[in-house]
Amino acid sequence: MSDKLRLEVAKLLHDNAKLSLESIAKMLGEPLETIAQTVTELEEEKVILRYSAVVNWDKLETNQVTAVIDVRVLPQREVGFDAIAKKIYRFDEVKSVSLMSGGFDLQVIVEGRDIREVSRFVSEKLATIENVTGTTTHFLLKTYKSDGVIFDDTDGERRLMITP
Amino acid sequence: MSSLYDRLSPVVVNLPPSGIRRFFDLANQMQDVISLGVGEPDFVTPWHIREACMYSLEQGYTTYTSNRGLPELCAEIANYLTKFNLAYDPASEIMVTVGGSEAIDIALRMLVCAGDEVLIPAPTYVSYRPCALLAGAVPIDVPTHAEDQFRLTADALEGAITPNSKVLVLCFPNNPTGATMSKEDLERIANVAIKHDLFVVSDEIYAELTYDGKHTSIASLEGMKERTVVISGMSKAFAMTGWRIGYVAAPAPLLSAMLKIHQYTIMCASNMAQRAALEALRNGESEMERMVESYDRRRRLIVQGFNEIGLTCHEPKGAFYAFPDIRSSGLSSEAFAERLLREQGVAVVPGNVFGETGEGFVRCSYATSVELIEQALERIRTFLESLR
Repeated sequence: MSDKLRLEVAKLLHDNAKLSLESIAKMLGEPLETIAQTVTELEEEKVILRYSAVVNWDKLETNQVTAVIDVRVLPQREVGFDAIAKKIYRFDEVKSVSLMSGGFDLQVIVEGRDIREVSRFVSEKLATIENVTGTTTHFLLKTYKSDGVIFDDTDGERRLMITP
Repeated sequence: MSSLYDRLSPVVVNLPPSGIRRFFDLANQMQDVISLGVGEPDFVTPWHIREACMYSLEQGYTTYTSNRGLPELCAEIANYLTKFNLAYDPASEIMVTVGGSEAIDIALRMLVCAGDEVLIPAPTYVSYRPCALLAGAVPIDVPTHAEDQFRLTADALEGAITPNSKVLVLCFPNNPTGATMSKEDLERIANVAIKHDLFVVSDEIYAELTYDGKHTSIASLEGMKERTVVISGMSKAFAMTGWRIGYVAAPAPLLSAMLKIHQYTIMCASNMAQRAALEALRNGESEMERMVESYDRRRRLIVQGFNEIGLTCHEPKGAFYAFPDIRSSGLSSEAFAERLLREQGVAVVPGNVFGETGEGFVRCSYATSVELIEQALERIRTFLESLR
């Protein structure tokens, strides 16, 4: 499969994971078998890891809190940041870990049932990992836009029903 | 009441009302309508363009601009047009208009005298005919056909020419058929235009929405710039329909003639909208390409969808309209569109409103979401089955 096709299929599914293989095939002008094969490949190669929904949790009854934590670490010989990142991302509470350029090294997103749970995780688990030299915890207050989706979008259909 | 009407200009009194109006009223009375009848992008103008307009207001740019438009916008338009191998002097050959619509009106008013014939390939956008009539000219339909993918052929054009023929109006990529003209197609038309000394008004508002190869402007062909008025604008490419910013590019003598009409009737296009257009042309290319890619995918989806449910649909190579052949339903375009709307709640535009040869077809805009296109196709399938 061409890299371009793989990229196009991945982008379409990223935008809308509910698109059927038939629709994708038509939209890209490719045979259905080619698209089915491409999606299977993307899944098997773990390019596509999961199909999930973008959810506005603020609209659901939940006390869940999210913290974005800047973590500074001492990189280790040979394995650099990867070994420490691995120690961090193994925790189920940790939803994402990324290596960053700039003033800190790892950005860690943690979810917990309440503030106490997240605080305990940071002070007892995260901060005590060897070579972690400092953490700054930011609690997420409100999400306005995530993964390209505006949560409070008021852009409805404003066009006239029929125009020349 | 009628006596008052009788005292009005007969040209206006006799002008037929838009054939779309009836469907608009009907669709508006109904609930749960999926509209494939909208002739504009389904994107909101990209934010950076809207933001540039707001900034211009903060800066107090609320005055008139020069008649021909902001000089920096004219310069940016000239620069943009080089993309289509067009070379125009921004100071004397370009003017900003209130949408492509104003440009159509003033171009025809400039070119024709009473009784001149304006050749209009049809089916096509609904404004050319009335504008020609209002200018005192005689509009002549030049038929295009599904067999030729609704491209204009030199033979059809030759067949319509009389000693009174003066102007040829081109609209490619075409609303409603989605037809485009290749360079070779246009060369054959250019030869006829030169042979019969015709002016050409080339409405290229959908130029960016060309999916198969690159758009060619007839004005870029040998011997054509001097007899062509190129019309385009921001509406379709940059999702800026409501801003009403179009432009014309033409040789200086033609442009200065149009400028006279424009300065006495319009004065200038809106200052803030011109500033938004400036931002669009300077920094809008990548957003525009993203939108074009999105239309292209939906184009393939709807065309295959129509063919699958038994409506033959030629492949539209441009714009954002599919123009399926509905003759197999046994209904006229008007009856098909009206019953489809009443019985299944899908709004389409009957092809005959765009000219006689549009009869037997309906225009379906695919500038709507994938989900709605798929639902609309399902409803049309149900409608077709109910006719059997």
